[in-house]
Amino acid sequence: MTERRRIKVDYMARVEGEGALDVVIDGGRVTDVKLKIFEPPRFFEAFLQGRHFTEAPDITARICGICPVAYQMSAVHALENACGVVVDGPLRTLRRLLYCGEWIESHVLHIYMLHAPDFLGVHNVVEIAQTQPAIVERGLRLKKAGNAIVALLGGREIHPINVRVGGFYKIPSRSEFAALAATLEIAREDALATATWVAGFEFPDFTRDYELVALRHPDEYPFNEGRIVSNRGLDIAQTDYHAHFEESHVEHSTALHCRLRARGNYHVGPLARFALNHDRLGALARSAAAAAGLGADCRNPFKSIVVRAVEVVEAVDEALRILRTLEFPDAPWVPVEPHAATGLAATEAPRGLLHHTYRISADGLIEHAQIIPPTSQNQASIEDDLGAFIAPRLGLDDDALQWQCEQAVRNYDPCISCSTHFLKLNVTRR
Amino acid sequence: MSAIRIIGIGNPDRGDDALGPAVIAALAADPPAAVTLATVNGDMLALLDRWSADDHVFLVDALAPGHTPGRVVRLDAGRERLAHVLANFASSHAFNLAEAIELGRALGRLPATLIVYGAEGVCFEPGAALSPALDAAVAEIAHRLREDSRTCMKPH
Repeated sequence: MTERRRIKVDYMARVEGEGALDVVIDGGRVTDVKLKIFEPPRFFEAFLQGRHFTEAPDITARICGICPVAYQMSAVHALENACGVVVDGPLRTLRRLLYCGEWIESHVLHIYMLHAPDFLGVHNVVEIAQTQPAIVERGLRLKKAGNAIVALLGGREIHPINVRVGGFYKIPSRSEFAALAATLEIAREDALATATWVAGFEFPDFTRDYELVALRHPDEYPFNEGRIVSNRGLDIAQTDYHAHFEESHVEHSTALHCRLRARGNYHVGPLARFALNHDRLGALARSAAAAAGLGADCRNPFKSIVVRAVEVVEAVDEALRILRTLEFPDAPWVPVEPHAATGLAATEAPRGLLHHTYRISADGLIEHAQIIPPTSQNQASIEDDLGAFIAPRLGLDDDALQWQCEQAVRNYDPCISCSTHFLKLNVTRR
Repeated sequence: MSAIRIIGIGNPDRGDDALGPAVIAALAADPPAAVTLATVNGDMLALLDRWSADDHVFLVDALAPGHTPGRVVRLDAGRERLAHVLANFASSHAFNLAEAIELGRALGRLPATLIVYGAEGVCFEPGAALSPALDAAVAEIAHRLREDSRTCMKPH
């Protein structure tokens, strides 16, 4: 076979943000795969320069409409690292609770609205709602529980405003936390049902030998803290990130590609977190993982939907654990005084490791900001997946092949540029 | 009890995507009586929790560039399926406004009135200001929304 084929997707459905895909098949072989993405953090890095360090949580939250808490958490940890402050005790726990809310919101959006249609053979969730409304209602109810956490602790559901360097502006009341616990009790059942539901999907037989990278904490499933580890022996402090990882420009994308200096491409996100931290899951999530057929490790990116569902169980259960033993902080925040220093931190955004670096002056102005989101870290891994996945499927016609390519991209829940949206209008009126 | 809600959709940091928030800001300068103003960015699914069955809801969103920058359209989403006028649900966001509305329709979760105002944008670059063509659209949409809200308040 010597024909040359090109699969070009200028707009990818059910992928967060703006992206395009270009696959070249030459003589029966995949010869080129390019995922083109347009990345907003570059603008925000420049925008942050000259701003006071206390503004960073609010500014970085604007990068992403789906995972603002992740940007806030990486920002506050990096800036506290620069200023030599460790936020501990109840404030640390409440940050963890807030992150649970974002994981629930983001994962449930992807599971029900974006990823499940691939496995059910329908175009979108509207078609699921037409035949199985109760399932979609369950997803909406579960996501709303995540919204409730973010709204309570973050001050509002979208673009939370209650996070500050050193803690929070305001701590909710005991009665507000009690009402949240009641919502989460229902959500726990919905989360378990979700894990059972997605475990029943059929998955392509496809595994990849990734270098998996995630945070690992001595005794918690990772959100805000931990060392950066991999399944190939990487084990470093968050502050040593740049010594081991590098960003480079690629011609076809405005996003930077990330690679491990020693070994090249790597993979962040739910599969990496689960493989490196499944022993840190609570009993309920561990049992949900086992019931869903996950072993200690999962290298099939199509099964990321199952891992996300297990992480939703963990996030709901962890939120309830936190609420059961909640202690109130003496003050909503601890003072953080600026120093001329550089601070670095990574947290686990729903899509994977999110690293921030800030250099600030003695008077607290940001001189340099560097933000490395999970999707740019996964970009090379997505391209590798595409090449490997479609190679044995080249007999499919172009439409079917394009659909498979898009599915392979959607496995990553790529948040390509979730800072904008617009509608494309085609209307004829006579 | 029914409420009148005007919701501006969009990201104020992305050029003409700021249309929705800009309309809300223009209305907030002289708030129409008995109207709740809000903005939403990113998570379109959250819209379904923003209204009740009896509400009169008006959404404002930027439209992808077309042939006439700043052209204002008004769609009655309560009466017509958006799939018929919004080709491919194309959007740079995963779960877009049209899909959120159609999901609401499938689940019987649309409000009593659902009107969508849009205007064709020009530039959606991060950090860009609203295009001049959209400045006029902001004023026009705000004016029409004031009329709409007065109509909703009249006894039927």
